[in-house]
Amino acid sequence: MKGTANDAWPEAIYRTLKGAGVRQVGYVPDAGHKRLIELCLADRELRSVVLSTEEEGIGLLAGAWLGGARGALLMQSSGVGNCINALGTVRECRFPLLMLVTMRGQKGEFNPWQVPMGQATPAVLQSMGVVVHEADSAEAIAPAVDAAARLAFGSYQAVAVLISQAVIGIKSFQDQASR
Amino acid sequence: MKTTLHRRKVVEILLENRKDLLVVAGLGSTAWDITAAGDAPLNFPLWGAMGNAAMFGLGLALAQPRRRVLVLTGDGEMLMGMGSLATIGVQKPRNLSVVVIDNERYGETGMQATHTAAGVDLAKVAQGCGFRITRQVRSAAQLGTLRAAIHRPAGPLFAQVKVIAEKIPLVLPPRDGGLLKARFRKALLGAQADLD
Repeated sequence: MKGTANDAWPEAIYRTLKGAGVRQVGYVPDAGHKRLIELCLADRELRSVVLSTEEEGIGLLAGAWLGGARGALLMQSSGVGNCINALGTVRECRFPLLMLVTMRGQKGEFNPWQVPMGQATPAVLQSMGVVVHEADSAEAIAPAVDAAARLAFGSYQAVAVLISQAVIGIKSFQDQASR
Repeated sequence: MKTTLHRRKVVEILLENRKDLLVVAGLGSTAWDITAAGDAPLNFPLWGAMGNAAMFGLGLALAQPRRRVLVLTGDGEMLMGMGSLATIGVQKPRNLSVVVIDNERYGETGMQATHTAAGVDLAKVAQGCGFRITRQVRSAAQLGTLRAAIHRPAGPLFAQVKVIAEKIPLVLPPRDGGLLKARFRKALLGAQADLD
């Protein structure tokens, strides 16, 4: 896979976030977002905030919006479950929220413990009022992020882009550890 | 040493002559406390998201580095989001203060004891997480210096103010979340609030 166009999607997300005026990025470290997190950390104009749990990112970005700053929240699908109650506040206050979620528990999952939350992720998000954009190919990701950012900040919506496990392509524990 | 402090008086003193201080209050009694001291557009009282008040403060402090940000919250609310102290300790914003009004009780649910009643020391947790200034406050004499410290850009600051566990009348802020958000942004950002 290395060196192919398939590897370029994290750079494309990064450029899209910059173009959308994002100034704060909250993240819980994740193999699927590894490259994007590196790009964010290397950018001195972005404040990248490592979180101890994904739920913290909901408060971080709501506070950022109160202060006039746009943000994005990076996580794996398992982290969506950690955010549920906080999403209620996002909905009640109509805070814009841009979530980029790398999916597990989908196509080719090797860890059975990832499957329940991964399979429930779109339904859980939608039940809390979050608009879901699913990106099933590398080429679809940046346009989905761009559309999500416009919807989030232009219309004060919570929007999640779900990046398919087929794109991330982690095949085994060994593969994950080697990244 | 047993505390003699009453929570409403503590919050009133901390918010005295607040200048351009931005205030976030955690779900429950601290939201009523800041309202008793005087409802204001630059107050953001949380009616939900328990455990997330300090993170609201972090996002706000990073977005507004020239302003001072004060998070006032309760011991139960802080215990639910203790990981956020580690997250703040990594970022070390100089303009953020987190003050826990610690009555050692879950005040809204029947005054059940919290972990701090059994001796859990939140100020030590904050110190271990890398807050630059941490203290426990048990007397009125310490409140003036705490208020002054909140206005200095030498944070992040964490204070655990031990107060008497007492049932006092509710003083409720507006509860429409959209309204609270919009009035805060308008007061802080002016016309830009509608253009972002």
